[in-house]
Amino acid sequence: MEVPILKQGEVLIATFQAALSDADLNQLRSGLVQQVVRFRSRGVIVDVTAMDVLDSFASRTLREITHMIRLRGAETVIVGIQPEVAFAMVQLGLTLEGVATALDLEEGLAYLNQKFKKTN
Amino acid sequence: MAKRNGMSQETVTLNNRAGELARDEAPSELLRELVAHLRQNRTQLREEWVARISEARLLTAMTKEEIFAEATSVYDSYVEALETETFEALQAYARNLSERIIPRGVETHEVLGIVLLLRDVLARSLFAKYQTDFKKLNRILDAYEPAANRIQSTVAVGFVQERERVIRQQQEAIRELSTPVLQVRERLLILPIIGVIDPQRSRQLTEQLLRGIRTNRAKVVVIDITGVAAMDATVANHLVQTVEASRLLGANVIVTGLSPEIAQTLVTIGIDLGKMNTVGDLQGGIEQAERLLGYKVVALAEPS
Amino acid sequence: MPINSDQDIVVARQKGRALATELGFPPGDATLIATAISELARNIVSYARKGHITLQKIDGLNREGLSVIASDQGPGITDIRQAMRDGFSTSGSLGMGLPGVRRLMDEFEIKSQPGRGTTVVVKKWKQ
Repeated sequence: MEVPILKQGEVLIATFQAALSDADLNQLRSGLVQQVVRFRSRGVIVDVTAMDVLDSFASRTLREITHMIRLRGAETVIVGIQPEVAFAMVQLGLTLEGVATALDLEEGLAYLNQKFKKTN
Repeated sequence: MAKRNGMSQETVTLNNRAGELARDEAPSELLRELVAHLRQNRTQLREEWVARISEARLLTAMTKEEIFAEATSVYDSYVEALETETFEALQAYARNLSERIIPRGVETHEVLGIVLLLRDVLARSLFAKYQTDFKKLNRILDAYEPAANRIQSTVAVGFVQERERVIRQQQEAIRELSTPVLQVRERLLILPIIGVIDPQRSRQLTEQLLRGIRTNRAKVVVIDITGVAAMDATVANHLVQTVEASRLLGANVIVTGLSPEIAQTLVTIGIDLGKMNTVGDLQGGIEQAERLLGYKVVALAEPS
Repeated sequence: MPINSDQDIVVARQKGRALATELGFPPGDATLIATAISELARNIVSYARKGHITLQKIDGLNREGLSVIASDQGPGITDIRQAMRDGFSTSGSLGMGLPGVRRLMDEFEIKSQPGRGTTVVVKKWKQ
């Protein structure tokens, strides 16, 4: 399954569809990092609104994406985690420590813009 | 389950006696005679019963007329249950009666009391009728007692079940009321927690807060636990989880009102308070929340 | 249903959510169940490579529920107590696995024999 990656100015937006397999997630991770390098993006938004389950593997992938992109000098923010999904995640002990989160796409963009302003 | 077993045992008792009674009337015939007696003396027995109820100061929440009307229905259902030896109608009536009188504060002992009184009134009238024929009285009572037991337990169980249902409903309502998620400013929610937190309430609280964060697009949440008297490891862990889940939705949580005693307990049981942003009191928490949101509150003039 | 690849993990959790919804579980519980299935299926794929997941409606006293049975003939777990401790993992990738699943569900049972395989049974009851 292809994950669409949208380029908007200095920001890349990846929208996760439901039912992503582990292989899809791995592919997405490397794809995103490549694109950040290619477009010299400053920020990445990963939109997980459609994901009805975020288990240990998905959480680990999100953390890895954030860390790898940070090594490239860009910021990542995860947006759209659903309330029930968040509840299940903390029960599992998955708290995405060290990863920025925001309510939705709009909030994610606002977060990144503020970050950019500070570093400019 | 237990109720059903009780009934079959009573039936067995009746059947065992049947051989012994063969030369006289069968139990069902005795019950018919009994029912006829209770029908004939309906007015008198019912009045006697109502008098005994007021004498015993039962059903004080109800008026005389109401007691009389209910007594009539109970009496008739009682006799009908004796006659048909089926208890469904009585059960339905008991449930319906409970539904009406529980909101008015009628207690379990009162309902048990009035049925016991009716039983007593009826037994006395049987004694009076058959006092000259002791053998017959015995046989009548053999037929009457198991049925009366069954009626007694049917009414009592019906009442208690209804009461439990009401209590469950009220608990649910209290739970809903006790976790208000309040929006005090745009993007700022306050969740005051008062009373005891059990795992079920804790879960409801978290779900309500998470939904609130989403619908109000909140960025900061102040959870005030001034009203929480005690906190153990389980509750503390739930609180930590609530904070973490809120963050996954992009909201910052500030916990206020943590008493020194609770703070001490948490440290002792090894809860990592470092993960939580804590501020002394609710006012301080709201001020910090406003700063996080970029509000600046200034007095318009010196207070006079 | 057979669990042989990471694709099957997705199918298993989707079926779990569908059954939970059909049985009348609220959305929050359906998510907990789907997440638990995802973790159990993932354990099968990572440790045993293949196995089975069975979903069942169960009846208790005055209540209904859903059970998930995850079984495999993989290497098994030598020290169950250690595996049930938070933060333990032999593959290095699934730190939260089993203790987390236990927190998601109401009942949790595990049987394992080294060299023979592992069976995990978890249940969730409707409130």
